[in-house]
Amino acid sequence: MELMLFLSYLIMPTMFIIIITYGFLQKVNIFDAFIEGAFSGAKTVFSIFPTFLGLMLAVTLLSSSGTLEIISKLLKPLCNLVGLPSETIPLIFMRLVSSSASTSLLLDIFKNYGPDSFVGKFVSIMMSCTETVFYTMSVYFISVKITKTKYTLAGALIANLAGVIASLYITRFLF
Amino acid sequence: MLNYLWGGMILIGIIVSALNGRLPDVTTNIIGSSDETIQIILKLAGTVCMWSGLMKVAEKSGLVESLSKKMRPILKYLFPDIPKNHKSLDYIATNMIANILGLGWAATPAGLVAMEELQKLNKDKKTASKSMCMFMIINMSSLQLITVNILSYRTAYGSTNPAEILAPGILATLVSTIAGVLYAKFKERWG
Repeated sequence: MELMLFLSYLIMPTMFIIIITYGFLQKVNIFDAFIEGAFSGAKTVFSIFPTFLGLMLAVTLLSSSGTLEIISKLLKPLCNLVGLPSETIPLIFMRLVSSSASTSLLLDIFKNYGPDSFVGKFVSIMMSCTETVFYTMSVYFISVKITKTKYTLAGALIANLAGVIASLYITRFLF
Repeated sequence: MLNYLWGGMILIGIIVSALNGRLPDVTTNIIGSSDETIQIILKLAGTVCMWSGLMKVAEKSGLVESLSKKMRPILKYLFPDIPKNHKSLDYIATNMIANILGLGWAATPAGLVAMEELQKLNKDKKTASKSMCMFMIINMSSLQLITVNILSYRTAYGSTNPAEILAPGILATLVSTIAGVLYAKFKERWG
């Protein structure tokens, strides 16, 4: 626990030290590079804004209407069997489909339970180790016109499921 | 797909609101959500710009490239079918390193070229090769080391310790990636 927390705090500063030092050694104009990168970052963020806005709206409506509550109540007995917080089910499934929609659901959980609650920590870790499988798969395979993807989908789903289970146990063990 | 998903969520949301007697809140919630989104995106912009800036330094200094070169032994184990020094290996390495560092915009273009190169080696052009399956599974098992977006959201919603999920997150990412690789290796050998 202590060690994990210590490592968590260490990661960001370590990356800064390595990258800045390496930049110095290679005699790169590091500040110019930083500015250039930061500028392109702004473009990235604002290009996702409309998608994000649309899905935040849909998730807010779904959540404030009580629909998510109903889904989570219906799934509660099943979730209790494996010790999964049932309010995270919509997020876990949406994670595979859309990045913006799952982010909206993540923020909904942060709003209702707080990012430092058990559920909040679990979903934070879970979001870090899973991917939008369906979107990624279609983009990559369509680009090379492959129609038979064999065991790719199964493998990706297994990886993501393993991530969800790992997140749950890690959260339970650490916090 | 997103058409139905988005439209469905909005319609179901409004109908269930009406059934639950929460219709008066709908207008407030619609306006409130747009308001909240722009605030979140502004906070996110700060973090993402900072990270993109730092990563540009890593890119310009050649750190990303040198890390990609160090991937070779791992790639040899993951993709035994790819001939030595084939171009696809460079793109796969770049894609993976970019994913690990959270450089989404650099990861996708490299990944698409990697798929093109793998397709050239592929005998049956309609069916994914072993190397493609492995590459895609790893790609979708999540590789990112620092999820700056999650840090930004946690901060925005008042976390007292936004960073404490970083090391647990890396551990979970390791588990998901290893599970994906093991499954792919199992399918390669025993069908």
